[in-house]
Amino acid sequence: MISGPRKIAVTGHFGSGKTEFSVSLAFAMSRLCSDRLAICDLDIENPYFRSREKQAALENAGVRVYSDPFNGRNGSELQTISAAVRAPLEDAGCRVICDCGGDSVGARVLNQFRKYFTPGDHRLLCVVNCGRPGTDTPEKAAAHIRAIEDATGLSVTGLISNNHLIRYTEPEHIFEGWEFTKEVEAITGIPALAACCMETLVHSVEGRGFDVFPIGMHMRDTYLDREV
Amino acid sequence: MSKVLMKGNEAFAEAAIRAGCNCYFGYPITPQNEIPEYMSHELPKAGGSFVQAESELAAVNMAYGAAAAGGRAFISTSSPGLALMQEGLGFICSTEVPLVVLNVSRGGPGVGGIQPGQADYLQVTRGGYNGDAKTPVFAPAGIQECVELIYEAFDIADKYRNPVIIFADGMMGQMMEPVELPEKKPLISAEQIRTQKPWAITGTDHHDGRNVVYSLRLQPDVLEAHVEHMFEKYAKAERELARYKTSNLDDAEIVFVAFGTMSRLCAEAVELLEAQGIKAGVIRPISLWPFPDAAFDEIGDKTKLVISTELSMGQMVFDVKAAVNGRWPVGLINRTGGVVPSSVEIAERAKKLLEEVK
Repeated sequence: MISGPRKIAVTGHFGSGKTEFSVSLAFAMSRLCSDRLAICDLDIENPYFRSREKQAALENAGVRVYSDPFNGRNGSELQTISAAVRAPLEDAGCRVICDCGGDSVGARVLNQFRKYFTPGDHRLLCVVNCGRPGTDTPEKAAAHIRAIEDATGLSVTGLISNNHLIRYTEPEHIFEGWEFTKEVEAITGIPALAACCMETLVHSVEGRGFDVFPIGMHMRDTYLDREV
Repeated sequence: MSKVLMKGNEAFAEAAIRAGCNCYFGYPITPQNEIPEYMSHELPKAGGSFVQAESELAAVNMAYGAAAAGGRAFISTSSPGLALMQEGLGFICSTEVPLVVLNVSRGGPGVGGIQPGQADYLQVTRGGYNGDAKTPVFAPAGIQECVELIYEAFDIADKYRNPVIIFADGMMGQMMEPVELPEKKPLISAEQIRTQKPWAITGTDHHDGRNVVYSLRLQPDVLEAHVEHMFEKYAKAERELARYKTSNLDDAEIVFVAFGTMSRLCAEAVELLEAQGIKAGVIRPISLWPFPDAAFDEIGDKTKLVISTELSMGQMVFDVKAAVNGRWPVGLINRTGGVVPSSVEIAERAKKLLEEVK
């Protein structure tokens, strides 16, 4: 993904883990490549847990964050996107990740930027999470992908497996998610590219014949895994 | 049963469906919008009825009517929406109609903001309605607990013939966690309504006379007798519904009192303080009314300070002071407006408060 087209748009079912993947990808790119980097938070559905919440950490890592006209400090229900998101899309020297909202409804926002996504110059990734009730069969997941393609007029070019149960995740969940995503690949013809995995579990799932993408749990503050 | 990964609001809606909810009345407001959305497509599949009301006032009064007819009714909203529903809740308390209300709360007052808040504490525990009434309130600290509380709340509402409020802050509604969902209960049948809810408005074809659900009692002595009857129920609720959890109280110098999202932050603050050689513990009220006074009797003799920790300017602190009853100094650590403090901030402020009382 680091060496591919400079524009990556990330879509997926509601709650599939697009934002965690997008933010982890941005941090990984900041470590591995010297190009200018940007992430465009195009999520106009969710009020919480959006990539713009990690703006300070991302910008410290050299990733410019584009989101709403209030520079990520818009706490209202007026879901808007800054016109400035066009800047990294037009900047030929900038690698850009577009983090979209969930489902076809969230992906629809890509329509207004479709001129920046011509065949061959981008990747349109779809995060597939078989642990979510709406995509728990390959047929349902494939239907979601078709809906996203219909809504955006773009073709999904790669699948990212992201089955997990947060702190309860076991290696078996990663294997199960990968097998599931390969079934979606068989239905749709879209290649399964990698399986996401928490950094702490990577050593347990490597060497099983698929690429593993380490996820950093950037969007989940540690206190959310504490309880009384 | 295996766990599934769900967003809080989705899980809360599914919990209501599995509890046998057969009617939901909703009006959109952030951060609970996923609930009416989920109910709109899933409740009809389960045999229930979904209505998008034109306002929160309409939603609560539609629920009032449906519950008066024996329905297992459910409404959800967020803070300013709950303020709009207060008149209806007072009527529902007075008429002894069961209802489950979920408040996925945010910052206030007024329209406020959409980030998490707990400044509805007084609204939910004291009520914004007129007159003498009380409402059991449960505050979950996680999605699994919230699912279980919603599931049980329908039975509590039926038992006490009173609204029951689930007070889950916005973080609970928007976060995702693995959840084990309970078994789905069958929908209540018309015959079951007649036998289990003989007070319900079910028509006159099956018994003599008619049922009337009303809150108007013009004779003072009649109204007083009715309110006293309600308070006999509330006294029973105080005995039966108080719930809490504690951790590390035995040798704690500092005892945090926190519910919902703040209890998770306090659990992490306890770890930070422990690393600095300061012992701290947590009392987590699960029921906010009745407030679990008994939890404070478990505090050990090493405690020097009790700290109410809240996402408000300090509302639970009054109940904490009443429960403490002068035994320890009571401090307050709070943020408001939708600002969620870090566990580091809580630990640092707690250390300063401890130094002040030493």
